[in-house]
This record gives sequence, structure tokens and C-alpha cells, in this order.
Amino acid sequence: VSASVTRTPHEALGLGDPDVIGMYRTLLMARLLDEAALRQNRMGRAAFIVPVAGHEGCQVGTASAMRRGTDIWLPYYRDVGVALVAGMTPYEIFLGVFAKADDPASGGRQMPSHWGSRRLGIITSSSPIATQVPHAAGIAYAAQLRGDDTVVGCWFGDGATSEGDWHEGLNFAAVHRLPVIFVCENNHYAISVPQSKQMAVSDIADRAAGYGFPGVVVDGNDVLACYAAMKTAHDRARAGDGPTLIECKTYRFLPHTSDDDDKSYRSREEVEEAKGHDPVGAFEAYLRSHGVLDDARHDALHAEVRAEIEAAIVAAWDASDPDPATIGRHVFEEPS
Amino acid sequence: VTRKNLLTAIRDALHDEMVEDERIVLLGEDVGARGGVFRLSDGWLEEFGPGRVIDTPLAESGLVGVAIGMALHGLLPVAEIQFADFIHPAYDQIASEAARIRYRSNGDFGCPLVIRAPCGGGVHGALYHSQSIEATYAHVPGLKVVMPSTPGDAAGLLRSALRDPDPVLFLEHKRAYRAVTGDVPDGATTTPIGRADVKRSGTDLSVITYGYEVHRCLEAADRLADEEGVSAEIVDVRTLAPLDVEGILASVRRTSRAIVVYEDNRTYGAGAEIAATIAEHAFDDLDAPVVRIGAPDVPAMPFASSLEHAFLEPEPDRLFRAMRSLAAA
Repeated sequence: VSASVTRTPHEALGLGDPDVIGMYRTLLMARLLDEAALRQNRMGRAAFIVPVAGHEGCQVGTASAMRRGTDIWLPYYRDVGVALVAGMTPYEIFLGVFAKADDPASGGRQMPSHWGSRRLGIITSSSPIATQVPHAAGIAYAAQLRGDDTVVGCWFGDGATSEGDWHEGLNFAAVHRLPVIFVCENNHYAISVPQSKQMAVSDIADRAAGYGFPGVVVDGNDVLACYAAMKTAHDRARAGDGPTLIECKTYRFLPHTSDDDDKSYRSREEVEEAKGHDPVGAFEAYLRSHGVLDDARHDALHAEVRAEIEAAIVAAWDASDPDPATIGRHVFEEPS
Repeated sequence: VTRKNLLTAIRDALHDEMVEDERIVLLGEDVGARGGVFRLSDGWLEEFGPGRVIDTPLAESGLVGVAIGMALHGLLPVAEIQFADFIHPAYDQIASEAARIRYRSNGDFGCPLVIRAPCGGGVHGALYHSQSIEATYAHVPGLKVVMPSTPGDAAGLLRSALRDPDPVLFLEHKRAYRAVTGDVPDGATTTPIGRADVKRSGTDLSVITYGYEVHRCLEAADRLADEEGVSAEIVDVRTLAPLDVEGILASVRRTSRAIVVYEDNRTYGAGAEIAATIAEHAFDDLDAPVVRIGAPDVPAMPFASSLEHAFLEPEPDRLFRAMRSLAAA
């Protein structure tokens, strides 16, 4: 009897081995997809790329506590991990990278990583920072009024927390105790501006107290810690207990975008030090230490993910470009 | 039909639509317990409940942003901006978000949102309760901008706005709220967005205008007929975006003379777009250059009666004289 109570940390969170292998596969997909997209950019085939490396853990960890089909997702532009968990495929992502007609987010109208898919419940997004935060509150309000079981997840960086819309969205959600979770991926820089010049607090989560709901700090490079915090917040939201702010402390390994040069504002020592806390490597080590992953499974997963990415790139590159004649479409609803 | 003032016409139409369609919610500052600063939603908090009549925090960007979220999740929000002068913090939510949602998602998402805003001056509203904001927003593709001048049009256009699958900025001239009375059809009659209306038929010149200026122009036109025997046609644009180009041109081609009148600052105003449209498409039909009458290019309408009057009518009988001299040109 005593042997059966010894559970792994992920089992204690209600996650089976296939669940955590699935999460690892998504982490790997996000990381390798990022590297592949950057190569496409350097080859001159992709005009603009938003790297994710370093953020995969908090993205996949938090997003995995959401439910596909029921919940609504508002990821920001760095959230390829969230988009993958929500159901976006590598092929669809590369349709966006190459700005193809079938790009599900925008048909090649927006920059890559400006996610959106009505089918998947991913709300269309823009480039101005934090504008999606009031949307998240409004969607949650509508869900509450209509009696849906929908929980809304809203992701953003530390920079977003300086915007008025961020405050206004959190405050409205608080007043109405809405089923929404605010996830801050704090990588400590708003492009080049360090956290110390953005705010006088060290924990963004502290700001939740000003709205009257819980704010929690988690290690954003610890996938299971992020999952646990999100699961708790999700349970709270469904129980009618209102919003939660989750601050995931993490780091961006690469420049802000393919057009940025982070050497002007971050020392190489700092970046190298941060890479020592790689969320993908840490989760791999966790899985190995609990006997969920061995060399054979690891190598097979890597080969599988690489092959999927390569196939996605080939297929997406060959897909049709948007027809110039369509530039005037969808300004307003078209007669059906 | 029933005779109502503009405010009552809007109130009754919105009320009836809310009774008919429970997806419609009204949100804004003081719309609940206070019933709106113009008393438009008086008693609605009790009637529809706090879920559908929502007193928001004092934050216009957040209020429009929240309304966008509601529109994205099955509701038909009516966001009330207490005074149009205070809409500017929400510009990003309106222009970058609501107006672009359909285009940027390649038609995957729509944003059926109505933003109501009392605008315009002449009621001692001073710099921050008198503004005309239509030009700024009519410049934004993906957004419809409507400004009725009569109670009948207001009721019909509001019903159309509520049925529209795209965002509509619905501008209500606050001087017209109680000063303008007219016939309103009983029942759910709609007035199409994007269609101008001839408010007075005439043969000698076309006056293209909108909002409260429609009434000033009608007054001048009546006087012109009585005193000079000049027949002025008054075209009420009603929708600033999308502009009814054909409706405007049809009148100008009939009369061969056009004067554009608007309460907003003259430069870069809606009148500039209308005048340019006429010059571009009906130049050969014109017997005289297009005349444009707008407010002085000062930052806003001042408070003192003398200054407010100077903003609205810098010289005595301005409209009458401008119309008379164009007819003689």
C-alpha cells in the first residue's frame, strides 16, 4: 500500500506520463521551430521573425492547463508555445512566417506571430501592446453573462504591464470577478528597457493586490510550476472566484525580433547565464530523472519533430501567395 | 408615427432593441444608477439588470476594449462615451482594434460594436464638451461613422447600427437632443447606413451638410426662398463613412452649385473630403467653385457666449449670405 502513494510531481498535479511527454514534445517543437524560422529569415525567405527561445516553459506550462474547444486564448506575439498548445500546427505557423494566402491568422496580412483562429478560439491579435487585455476581460464578461463554462487566458510580457489598457483590463476583470487568467511572461526587458526602468517593484504579481485578486510569482522556466499555478487559477476562474495574475519569471535568449540587436542592451555574460536555466533542458532532465524519458524516446521525438518542421516548411513555402486583387477584401463583412 | 425629440427617439429605439435582443448590452460611465448624464438610460438598470446595463470604471480605452471583447464573444455591446470629447483615449482600441479586426483576420473575426457619443456644441460645453470628432474617425477604414440630424433618422440608423456586423461610431449632436423634434415611425423601421437624404428639395444650389448644421441650413434655405426666391436643396449626408458619393453627386448634378457646411474645424474636416469628391467627379457639372464653410481653426469651442457664438457663426447670417452669393455666382 505504501508504494502506491509515491507519486511523481506531475502525477501529483493530475498529469500522466503521456501528458508530460506531450508537453515536452511541444516545448521541443517551439524551440526547434524557432530555430528553423530564424534560419528562414537569415536565408532571406522570411522578412520578420519573433523568437521564443527561453519562454517555451512558461508558455507550454500555463497553456497546458487550458481546455481546447472550451476556453479562449489571447496569446501575444512571442507565444508560439501557447499557439501550439491551442492547436495551431507547424504548417499553419509557417504559412504565417511566409505570409501565405492560407495563413489562418491573417492570410498573410499581418506580421508572423500575430496569432488568431476563430476555429481554435485564439483571438485575433495586433502589435500595439496590451490592447488584448481589455478584450480578455470583455470576453470573460460575455462568458459569465451567457453562462458559458469558458475560461479566458491572456498572455503578455512585462512591458505590457506599463500600458493603461493593462490596468483597465485587470481592473474591470476584478470588479466583475471574471473567469480570466492574466499570464505575464516577465523576461525583464521591454525590448531594451530593463525592468528597473519600467517599474519600481520587483514582482509584477504584487500589482494584483491593487485590483483585489491574487497575484502569484512562479519560476517561468519550471514547466510544472507554471502548469500548477495556471491550474489553480483555472479552478478559481471556473468556481466563480475571479481572475488571477501569474507572473512567470523567465528570460528571452534571443533578440526581441529578427530586426533587433540585443548586444546594445544586454551583456553576453547575462544572456549566457540565463541559458543555464533553459526550460526545455530542465524539463528534459526532469523527465529523465523520473524515468519518463530515455535516450531512445528522446532521439525519436527529436527526429519526429524535426521531420514535421521540415515538411511544414516545404509545404508552406510552396503554398500560394495572397492574390493582390484581394487587398480590398474584408474591410467590412462581405455579402454571403 | 410619433413626434419625439432626438434623445427620446434614440432612447426608445435602443430600449426596444434591448427588449427584443438580449445580446445587446449597454456599458459606459454613469449609464446605470444615474441613467446616463443625459438620462437616456433612466430606469434601465432596474429593467434590464446590472448584467446588461453596466456602469464602467472611468476609463474610455478600457471600456471600448471590454466592449470589443464582448462583441467577440456573442454579445452586441453598445459602448456609451459620455461626451465625444473623451473618446480619444480609446482611439487605439477603435482604430487599431475594432476597425481592423475583420481585415487583419482576413474575415475570420468580426466586431459588431456600436459606440455612441454625444458630440457637437452650442450648449456652453466649452473646449471639452463641444467637440466634433467625426473627421478623425471617418478617416479610419473598417469603421462606420453615422451622425443623424433628425429623430426619425436617429431611430432608424441606430437600429441599423445594432444589426451591423461591423463597428459603428454613432454620433449624437447634443444640441439636437432636445432642440430637434420630428416624426419617428412606430415599429422597428431601419434607415440604411451609407445613404444620404435630401431634407429639402431645391433647384438652384445643393447644400451638403450633416448633424445640427442641417437645421441651420434648413432655416437659411427657407429664408432664402422667402426673401430671394432662391431654391436650395439640403442634402443630409447622415453617414460620414462610408460616404454616399452617388447621393451627393446626384444632387450637385441637378443644381450645378455646391456648398458644404459643417460644424467641425474647417481644415481637414469632413467637408474637405466632400468638397474634393464633388470637384473630382462633378467638376464639369459645376457653374461655380465648391464653397466650404466650417468652424475657425481654433483648438475648440470656447465657453463664453460671445466666443461660442463666434465659433458657430463668425459673421451674421453667414450661411444665408454664403448660399445667396453662391446662387448668384
